[in-house]
Amino acid sequence: MSISKKDVEHVALLARLALTEEEKVLYTEELNAVLGFMDTLNQLDTSEIEPTTHVLDIKNVFRDDEVAPSMDPSQVVINAPAKKGNQFRVPKIM
Amino acid sequence: MTQYEAVIGLEVHVELKTKTKIFCSCSTEFGKAPNSHVCPVCLGLPGVLPVLNKKVVEFGIRTGLALHADINRRNKFDRKNYYYPDLSKNFQTSQFDQPICEHGALTIDLENGEKKVIGITRAHMEEDAGKLVHNGNTISVSSGSLVDYNRVGVPLLEIVSEPDMRSAEEAKAYVDELKKIIQYIDVSDCKMEEGSLRVDANVSVRPIGQIDFGTRTETKNMNSFKALQRAIDYEIARQIETIESGGTIVQETRTWDDERGMTLSMRSKEEAHDYRYFPEPDLAPIVISEEWIEEVRRQLPELPQSRRSRLVLEDGLSLYDATVITDTLAMADFYDRVRMGIDDAKSIANLLMGDLSKSLNELGSSVDESNIDPAHVIELIRLMYDGTISGKIAKQVIPEMLKTGDMPKKIVEEKGLVQMSDEGALEAIVLSVLQENPQSVEDYKNGKDKAVGFLVGQVMKATKGKANPGLVNKLLKEKLSLN
Ligand SMILES: [Zn+2]
Repeated sequence: MSISKKDVEHVALLARLALTEEEKVLYTEELNAVLGFMDTLNQLDTSEIEPTTHVLDIKNVFRDDEVAPSMDPSQVVINAPAKKGNQFRVPKIM
Repeated sequence: MTQYEAVIGLEVHVELKTKTKIFCSCSTEFGKAPNSHVCPVCLGLPGVLPVLNKKVVEFGIRTGLALHADINRRNKFDRKNYYYPDLSKNFQTSQFDQPICEHGALTIDLENGEKKVIGITRAHMEEDAGKLVHNGNTISVSSGSLVDYNRVGVPLLEIVSEPDMRSAEEAKAYVDELKKIIQYIDVSDCKMEEGSLRVDANVSVRPIGQIDFGTRTETKNMNSFKALQRAIDYEIARQIETIESGGTIVQETRTWDDERGMTLSMRSKEEAHDYRYFPEPDLAPIVISEEWIEEVRRQLPELPQSRRSRLVLEDGLSLYDATVITDTLAMADFYDRVRMGIDDAKSIANLLMGDLSKSLNELGSSVDESNIDPAHVIELIRLMYDGTISGKIAKQVIPEMLKTGDMPKKIVEEKGLVQMSDEGALEAIVLSVLQENPQSVEDYKNGKDKAVGFLVGQVMKATKGKANPGLVNKLLKEKLSLN
């Protein structure tokens, strides 16, 4: 499996990264190197091994349905670069 | 001319009725001040650890069982990545390849009396997103939207159907039945207008006889059953027209504009959906034991479809009556309990659907919130049976009973509503009414049967509605034929 410059542009768009032409070329090379490493790992036979969904051998970590206090609304937006009252203000999307 | 058929699949989101959110202990209460039910987990701040609400899993199992689905003994959460500020984490925690339920089914009753089974592909747990208010037309504020994260993390169950429906009516019947089931098992309020039940419709059309599906569109933003039907009908017509005029259907998301009565393309600059799902490393896998499933199964009530069949087959009610009675679990249970005391299903159904529902509606109440028990209705029907009161008097007793919670017998005695069945006393009244209305007596003799109705009315008036109507009729006919 290899990555084209088009794939890099697609991933960059999804991640909202503005890449220069040089960076696109560089990252195409670097990502291909990473995938090459994956190919090496893929040589191992894992057909008998359950897929790992969690790094620890744990399951069923639950909470009871009991309400606890939330944050003060003014604290919620305290680090927001833009706000109005206790709401975040974000750039127009649509 | 080519005949087309529609192919419809629905994605239904229901908001679960838990007290707290899916991954944190913030309250799910609706309609509070912006960002007042928010914590670091809701905000996805660095270093937080979400912990799953056990009730959400229980509700998922309950729903799966009610929909005859397989419960995946092992399931997990995944991150669905997208950029939109309704979630500050840039991903929604959802379930991708291992949902809690798969392969279910639900049966709908069609208008022609037949039944149709609609497949359910899957149901998965996920978190709801926040609310964006796109505000103002003035330059100063039009540059942005305001974000309230109170709804973030409210637990949802997304229930995905197979593309088994062929008309807007079938789609409505499916949502109607699903809503009833969900309300019976008490996992959601399912209020479409308030957004606790949301439906997205996948619609395509194909020439009848063609096996392959046409290109489908996904329509969102239908806030009522009526909007759902109108949107689907519009989309079917639009697609057929597009194809007939040589165009092609674009796979896209569309939004229903209720005022204009049309669906509109929501074409966005974004490339095709690419959610890059991956397992959520902060949440442990869920392993559901047989014991847990059986425990949940034991708590399931008898479901609407089965109740309807029982009321039709065993109690002899019409499908219509059975459907009305079983519309809510509260009314269905109430009926069953009255039925234990009265061996006359039709009379019970008539009373519950008629005078009782009417009085409840006037009070804006329901049978489970009201002052009365099945014992009230049992006593009321018995009073009618033994002739103490007439159906007409029952109409007076019901609102009083709902208002005070008093037993019907007590109300009848205190208000002096006992039916007048003393033949001698009634005879005297009948005779005086005949004397006072010679014109009506004349009319009767000239073959105007309507005159009897007027005379009955006069006797009722004279007795303040308490006269036994059967007896009055009998006495009047006797006297009139003697005249
Ligand atoms: Zn929270």
